Amino acid sequence: MTSEAKPPVLVVLQLSGGNDYMNSVVPYADGHYYDSRKGTLRVDAEDVLKIDDAVGLHPKMGPLKEIYDQGDMAIVHGVGYPNSPRSHFRSMDIWHTCEPDTVGTEGWVARAIRDLDPEGENPVTGVNIGLSLPRAMVLPGVSVASVADLSTYGLLTSVEQETQRTQMLQRFSTMYSRAIGTGPVNAYLGQTGLDALSGADILKGTLGGYESEVEYGTDPIAKSLRDVATIHTADVGTRVFYTSLAGFDTHAAQQPTFEGLWTNVSRAVSDFWDDLRVHDADENVIMFIFTEFGRRVRDNGSGTDHGAGGGCFAIGPRVRGGQYGVYPDTRPEALDQGDLVPNQDFRGVYSTILEDWLALDPVPIVNGQFEQPRFVEPVGSAA
Amino acid sequence: MSRSDDIALMAHLMRRAGFGADRDELERLADQGYEATVEQLVDPPDSIPRADEEELLRYMPSLETGGPVTDPGAANWLYQLVNTGRPLEEKMTLFWHHVFATGNSKVDNDNHLITQVAMFRDHGMGNYRDLLIRIAQSPAMIYWLDNQENHKRAPNENWGRELLELFSLGVGHYTETDVFECARAFTGWTIAPKIPRQPNHRFSWSYEFRPEEHDYGEKTFLGHTGPFDGEDIIDIILEQPACPRFIVRHLYNFFVADEAQVPAWSITPPGDPAAIELLAQTFVESGFELKPVLRALFLSDFFKQARFARVKSPVEVVVGTLRLTGDLSQPDPSLPAVGQQSAYMGQSLHNPPSVEGWQTGRDWIYSGSVVNRINFVAQQVGNTELPGVRRIVERVAASNGSALTPEALVDQCVDLIGPLAVSDDTRAELVAHAAGEGPVAVNGDGALSRRVGEMLALIAATPEYQFG
Repeated sequence: MTSEAKPPVLVVLQLSGGNDYMNSVVPYADGHYYDSRKGTLRVDAEDVLKIDDAVGLHPKMGPLKEIYDQGDMAIVHGVGYPNSPRSHFRSMDIWHTCEPDTVGTEGWVARAIRDLDPEGENPVTGVNIGLSLPRAMVLPGVSVASVADLSTYGLLTSVEQETQRTQMLQRFSTMYSRAIGTGPVNAYLGQTGLDALSGADILKGTLGGYESEVEYGTDPIAKSLRDVATIHTADVGTRVFYTSLAGFDTHAAQQPTFEGLWTNVSRAVSDFWDDLRVHDADENVIMFIFTEFGRRVRDNGSGTDHGAGGGCFAIGPRVRGGQYGVYPDTRPEALDQGDLVPNQDFRGVYSTILEDWLALDPVPIVNGQFEQPRFVEPVGSAA
Repeated sequence: MSRSDDIALMAHLMRRAGFGADRDELERLADQGYEATVEQLVDPPDSIPRADEEELLRYMPSLETGGPVTDPGAANWLYQLVNTGRPLEEKMTLFWHHVFATGNSKVDNDNHLITQVAMFRDHGMGNYRDLLIRIAQSPAMIYWLDNQENHKRAPNENWGRELLELFSLGVGHYTETDVFECARAFTGWTIAPKIPRQPNHRFSWSYEFRPEEHDYGEKTFLGHTGPFDGEDIIDIILEQPACPRFIVRHLYNFFVADEAQVPAWSITPPGDPAAIELLAQTFVESGFELKPVLRALFLSDFFKQARFARVKSPVEVVVGTLRLTGDLSQPDPSLPAVGQQSAYMGQSLHNPPSVEGWQTGRDWIYSGSVVNRINFVAQQVGNTELPGVRRIVERVAASNGSALTPEALVDQCVDLIGPLAVSDDTRAELVAHAAGEGPVAVNGDGALSRRVGEMLALIAATPEYQFG
């Protein structure tokens, strides 16, 4: 297959707020689950999209169930880290920096981008689709393009007259090129300005060539994944995409929110893969979906509070579909302050992606060695 | 000095000791004189008000208290930054937020960040010893550095270590034993109510000293031995020559010129050792009062000569731009969104990346931040509806009869947005751009407005504009 030769690409999808793992991957044969969850905060066994005799997916995750049934989706159970702080920001920082004990500043994705493109030759090796750069992509000296909306992305976009703007960008290019010869800070600024400009040009250029018969939804995650597909199918050398969707912090009125979110996510993810497939651009991609923590086992009447252990998903034709690890023990006496106890360190999950997929040494990126669930078929090996 | 030199120097002072000023204000201050302006910044009379917080909260009550996210707190602070008449007070508030960096990422209780920032506003130009005690008793700081876990029988060193490493002395001026003894002295400095709190239930914390948690035993700290408590430790710290040098180096990096990053200070000497000595001596002689050292700094030649020697921080970019354009001078629903702009450029108020604060200087610059810096400023200064931009257009119109040459348009705009010092190369590019459309008629048909707005936007995109 021709796409075998293309370098592996990672798409990270962050679900912000703490997705309710127990209602996503439902332990429908477990009495403790039904003892803890009442009313709208439980998924009845008859509604669960069963994947074996113990667990199944939420009924709003139908498109993902199809992917799972095709053998293209891995579910990793019980992912987390010890002593979960149960704070969104702190937890997200831990996921982003791989530093559970101290406040770290270097992002794991940025370290991977540095290792993939050590000379910083391509300004779009890493692309974030979102308003602000996640800490996972922050590392001094590593250039990452950050795009709020691909259709309006670029420098000096507030200049309305297009001919004027084009001329201004040419002036910009000349000014920043000349800055390079005038001292170290200016040289760095000059290069970064040129990277930003060429990155914007490259990304803008991807819009022109993109056509798709797949009709995405109009919700935010659909738009973001469509932007990812647009850039990826243009083949501009992006190796890591990052995007996120907020709203999973369902302390109250969980049912309608949760169902709406998963309806959109499932459809957008499924559309994204359909899109890549029709462009023959799916074979070198895996998607990794995570959230900062799961939610409390026992509900609070209308929602669920912050918990600890959760799960992640990996999707793609080169993913070895199935379940990895063990669903955390739900017996009341096995819980830690009412929360599931994680049994798989998230850094081991990252390590699998880094080592088996991106062919990088994971140890310096995740700060150590962790047990790895082997859910990826490395590129180049027989599928 | 000529009038234009006076204006340029005043613009430099106001960029550093505040967040810039428009031309009307610069002229007024230049008339008042440099020394009198320094005095007004350092020791503002009560007649000069802060931003009217009561008015803000009357229109936007949701900004009074922070939630789990930082938006309300950042918006609240942005309003103060943009509208205060006491800009150095806000600048010092930002300074201490950077030095005593506390993040809502972990505290997850933005009310206490708002309280801590208000403490910096009230006391940030007071006495450093007093500030150290206040920050040691700040609930947000206690939780951020785990001092509520610092028990007599199980000392937690986090606060003790950072007090020495990042808040007073710097690496290399204490031993591991000193860290441990320091931590012991702060046992029992904790917050009420007791941890643990439940997620999504944010207690209103207050500082509490618990005698039963405090280690009253003898400690040996930096060569002194005694039954020290936290205040004794702070007094011993203040006797160390490294302490004033460490703090004034922070002041130098913040107000004068970019230095190496803090972790490198133990191995990289200051760029201007004489300046550090002068400031350190002033600091010690005044009994660690901030106002005398700030006065000495702004009146010094090394300060006056350091124009455009720093990469502007994102907060300086955002606030400086808003103060120039006159946007958000009233409570406005867009405050929470604009409050996040500096975060998109790499500086999230109430959320420094770590206890080391932000990486400054060239580390503010990366391709994502460059795009956001330039686009934000260009969109603001290119909007000729905004009152500050309109005033610039009027000044340009009044400057030169019925038509402007491209050179005159560029020089006027470069002058009125700063004055900014641009290289010959940059000026040539700006002029070439202006010349593309020929001379500018000053006849009120809107063409002047558009061309000034566009030129200001292009100037905002220059390499030079990234420095302040």
